[in-house]
Amino acid sequence: MEKLSVLVVDDEAGIRSGVTRILAGHSVSFPFMDDDYGFECLEASTGEEALEMIGSHPPDILLLDNKLPGITGMEVLEIIQQRKLDISVAMITSYASLEVAARATDDGAQDFIPKPFTPMELKASIDLISKQIFLKRITCKMKEEGKKIRYQFLSVLSHELKSPLNALEGYLDIMKNRELGEKMEDYDQVLDQSKHRIEGMRSLIMDLLDFTKIRLEKKEDKIERVNLKERASLALSTINPMAIQRNITVLNKGGDEVWFEANPSDLDIMLNNLLSNAVKYNRDNGVVEMSVGKKEGTVEIVVRDTGIGMSDQEISQLFREFVRIKNKQTRGITGSGLGLSIVSKIAELYGGFIQVKSEPDKGSEFRVILPVQ
Amino acid sequence: MKKTVLLVDDDPDQIFQVSLYLKKWGYEVVALESRKEAENYLEGNCPDLAILDLMMEEEDSGFILSYRIKQCRPEIPVIITTAVAAERGISFDLNSPESKTWIRADHYLEKGFRMEQLKFVIENLLK
Repeated sequence: MEKLSVLVVDDEAGIRSGVTRILAGHSVSFPFMDDDYGFECLEASTGEEALEMIGSHPPDILLLDNKLPGITGMEVLEIIQQRKLDISVAMITSYASLEVAARATDDGAQDFIPKPFTPMELKASIDLISKQIFLKRITCKMKEEGKKIRYQFLSVLSHELKSPLNALEGYLDIMKNRELGEKMEDYDQVLDQSKHRIEGMRSLIMDLLDFTKIRLEKKEDKIERVNLKERASLALSTINPMAIQRNITVLNKGGDEVWFEANPSDLDIMLNNLLSNAVKYNRDNGVVEMSVGKKEGTVEIVVRDTGIGMSDQEISQLFREFVRIKNKQTRGITGSGLGLSIVSKIAELYGGFIQVKSEPDKGSEFRVILPVQ
Repeated sequence: MKKTVLLVDDDPDQIFQVSLYLKKWGYEVVALESRKEAENYLEGNCPDLAILDLMMEEEDSGFILSYRIKQCRPEIPVIITTAVAAERGISFDLNSPESKTWIRADHYLEKGFRMEQLKFVIENLLK
C-alpha cells in the first residue's frame, strides 16, 4: 500500500492526535486504482513549525487550521502558493465563514473541514483529496509517456531519413573521387543503389504524409458512403503495373457489393498498402488475391500473397512504426516501415483491427475487419 | 600479410562503401550482414579488427557482438558505428562503471563519418 504523508497543523493537541488516530487505520481505494492509499501523519502546533517541516519534507496533504497562535493558516497557505509547492490542502476551521472559504480556495485549498468534525467527515475530505492526488499523478504520467512516444518517433524518423542521405553522400564521394576508375560503366552499381535509396526515401516521405494525416485528421470530416468493391478494383489497377513487371498475377475475388461509411482516402491508403506489400514481398510469378466481403456486422478486406512469408517472431513486430523485417529475402526491397503501422492505425480509427496469418516461404494473409456502423 | 577486417552491418550500402575503401587501404575484408553470421564466422576465424554496426537484428546487436568478441579475444580492436547515438540519447560514456562492464569497444563512429576518419581510427588501433 502506498502511504500519503499528511501534516496536521492545529494548536489543539487533542485534534492533532485525534486526526492521527483516525487516519492511521484509514485507507482509500477506488476501482480505478491499482493500489490503495494509506496515510502517515505528522503533527505541527503552529504555522511556523509547519513551514519548517514543509521546507524539509513537503507532505502530500496538509490539514491546516486557520486560527493558529502565530501566523494564520491562510498565511501558511499563501506561502505554499508562492513557493509553488505541490501540496493538497484542506482547511480545518471553526470560523468557516464564506469569506475564509473563498480566499482559501483562491489560494489553492482543495477542501474544508468545519470544526468540530466527525471521523466520517474527516475521512470524506481525505478521500476526496486522495482521489485528486491520484488523478493528478496519472495525468502527469500520461503526459510524460506521450512525450516519450513522440520523442521516440522523431528520433527513429530522423534515423530513417539520415541513413539514405549518408548512403547517397558516400556514393557521391566515390564518384567524385573516381574511386572505381575512369569508366562511366564502372559506376552503374553505385548509380543503381543511389536511385534505390532515393526511391526508399520518397516512399518514406509519402508514407509519412499518410501517417500524419491519419494522426491529425478527424475522420468525421470526410465520411461518406463508399463502395468498397469499387475502391478495391481501383487499388488493384494502381498496383497492376508493379505486379506485371514481376509476372505476378493479381486476382480480384470480390463478391457482392459492399458499402461502408468512411473517408475514401483512408480506405485507399489501406488497400494500396496491403496490395503493394503483397506484390513487394511476393516471389516472381506469384499470385496476389484480394477480396472484400460482408460478414455478421463487419466488412472484411482480405489480401493474400504467395510470397516470402514471416515467422511468428517477425509477425510480432510487424505493426510497430519503422519496423521492417530484415533478412536475406527482404534486402533490396524498399519500404519505410510505416505501411502496416498506418493500415492498423486506420483500422483502429474505424473501430476495427487487422489479423495476420503467415508461413515462411509460403505466403501471408492480411485480414482487415471493420465493424459496420 | 594483409590484415583482415571484419565488417558487420545490415545496410548493404554501408557494406559496399566501407569495403571499397578498406580494400583500397590494403585490408582483407570479411563483410557480413547480421550478428548471427558474425558469431558463426568468429567461431573459426580471428580478424585483426572489427567494425560493427550497432543496430542490426536487435537495437544493440553491435554491443552484444562486441561483448562476445572482447570476452574471448580481448586483443581484437572493435569499432562500433551507429547512426542512432545522438537522437536516441544513447550515452557512450566509457567512464561510468556500468558501461565499463557492458560496453566493450575501442572506438565509436557516428554514421556519416568521413572515410579518412575511419582510416585514421583503424591505423591507430592497429598500431
